[in-house]
Amino acid sequence: MSAKVLDALKASHGGAIESLESQHGDAIAWIKRDQLLAVATWLKTNPAMAFDAPVFVTCIDRLDWKPVDVPPGPPVYPATAAWTDDGGKPRFEVVYQLRSTTHHHRLRLKCAVPEHDARVPSLALLWPAFNWQERETFDMYGIKFDGHPDLRRIYLYEEFVGYPLRKDYPKEKRQPLVRRDDLPLNPIKSPTGGHR
Amino acid sequence: MGVELTTTRLEDAAKWAKQSTLERATNWGRKFSLFTYPFVTACCGMEFMSVAGPKYDLARFGAEFPRFSPRQSDLLMIVGTVTEKQGPALKRVFDQMAEPKWVIAFGVCASTGGFYQNYHAMPGADQVIPVDVYIPGCPPRPEQVLDAVIMLMDRIQSGRGHSQLRDKREQLIATAAQDHE
Repeated sequence: MSAKVLDALKASHGGAIESLESQHGDAIAWIKRDQLLAVATWLKTNPAMAFDAPVFVTCIDRLDWKPVDVPPGPPVYPATAAWTDDGGKPRFEVVYQLRSTTHHHRLRLKCAVPEHDARVPSLALLWPAFNWQERETFDMYGIKFDGHPDLRRIYLYEEFVGYPLRKDYPKEKRQPLVRRDDLPLNPIKSPTGGHR
Repeated sequence: MGVELTTTRLEDAAKWAKQSTLERATNWGRKFSLFTYPFVTACCGMEFMSVAGPKYDLARFGAEFPRFSPRQSDLLMIVGTVTEKQGPALKRVFDQMAEPKWVIAFGVCASTGGFYQNYHAMPGADQVIPVDVYIPGCPPRPEQVLDAVIMLMDRIQSGRGHSQLRDKREQLIATAAQDHE
C-alpha cells in the first residue's frame, strides 16, 4: 500500500525527493525544503493521493544522534561534529505525518533543516489542522514556518527565552513569571529572617 | 521577646491556655468552618473528590463547602502540578482570598514539583505563596489528606497559620515602633 504512494510520488516529483525509506511499514519520503509545499499540494489535491487527514507535525533534534543498538567495538556512529550544517547532516528534521481517509494510506514527509536557517514552508494553509501543531513545533524547537498565518508561542508564555525541547536547552532551567525574591517573609521556613 | 516560630504540639497546648478566651473562641470557630478553594490542576483532583465525597467526608471536619470563588474561601488547596505559567494566576487567587487564610499543598507536585524537574513545572507551590501543610504522595491517600486537615486545624487553633503568624508579627512590630517613639 505504502509502496504505491512512494512510486507515484517518485514518478511525479522525482526531483523533489532526497531519499525514500520505510520504517515499521510506514513510508517515509525525505523532501527537499524548497519543494515541500509543491509536493504537499500535489499530495492533497491529486485524487489518487487525496491525503485529507493531517496527523501530526513534529521535529527531531539530532544534536546527540546515536543509533539505538551500537555494535560492539569502537563507535561507528557519526560524532556530534558530523552533524554540522556544512557537509554533515543538518540538525533538525521536521516531520509531517499524513493520512488519506479515502484510500487508507499513510505517508510521512521529512524535511532536513539546518540550525542556522531553521525554517520550512508552512503547510497550515493547505491543512488548517496543522496550524496549532506548527505553532507547537515553533514553540518547542524554534522552527520558523514560512507563510504561517499566526506563528506565536502556543504553550509557553511570551516572556520565555529559548526553545525547551532543543537538546541544548538546560534540562532544569526554569524561567519563572513571578519573581521569587519579592515574596513576603516565610516565618516557618526561616526563623532567623532573610527571605524565604 | 519574640514569637516562638517552631513549637511542638505540647507547647501549642500550653499556648492555648495563654490565649484569651476571645482568641480561643475565634480560632475554634475558624478551624471548624474552613471554606476550601480547590485549585485543582491535575490528577490529584480525583483524590480530592474522593476526600470531599461521602466516603471519606471532609465535611466531618467542617471543611464542607468547596467555594469556587477565592473571595469566599479561606483554605486554598493546591491539588496537582503547578506550572510556571500558572504562577501569576495562583498568586492572584491567593491574594484575593479572605484573611486569615491557609494553604495546603496536596500531593508531591504541589509540594516540590514531584517528578517534573524540567522547564515548565514550578518546584513546589511555595515558590509563589506560603504553604502551611504539605501532603506527600502521588496521589496521597485520603487518610493523609484528613490527617493534614487535622494538623492544619491544630495549627489554626494555636494561631500558627502563616497569615496568623504574620498578623502577630506585624502587631509586634507596630507596638515596638510605638514603644520606640
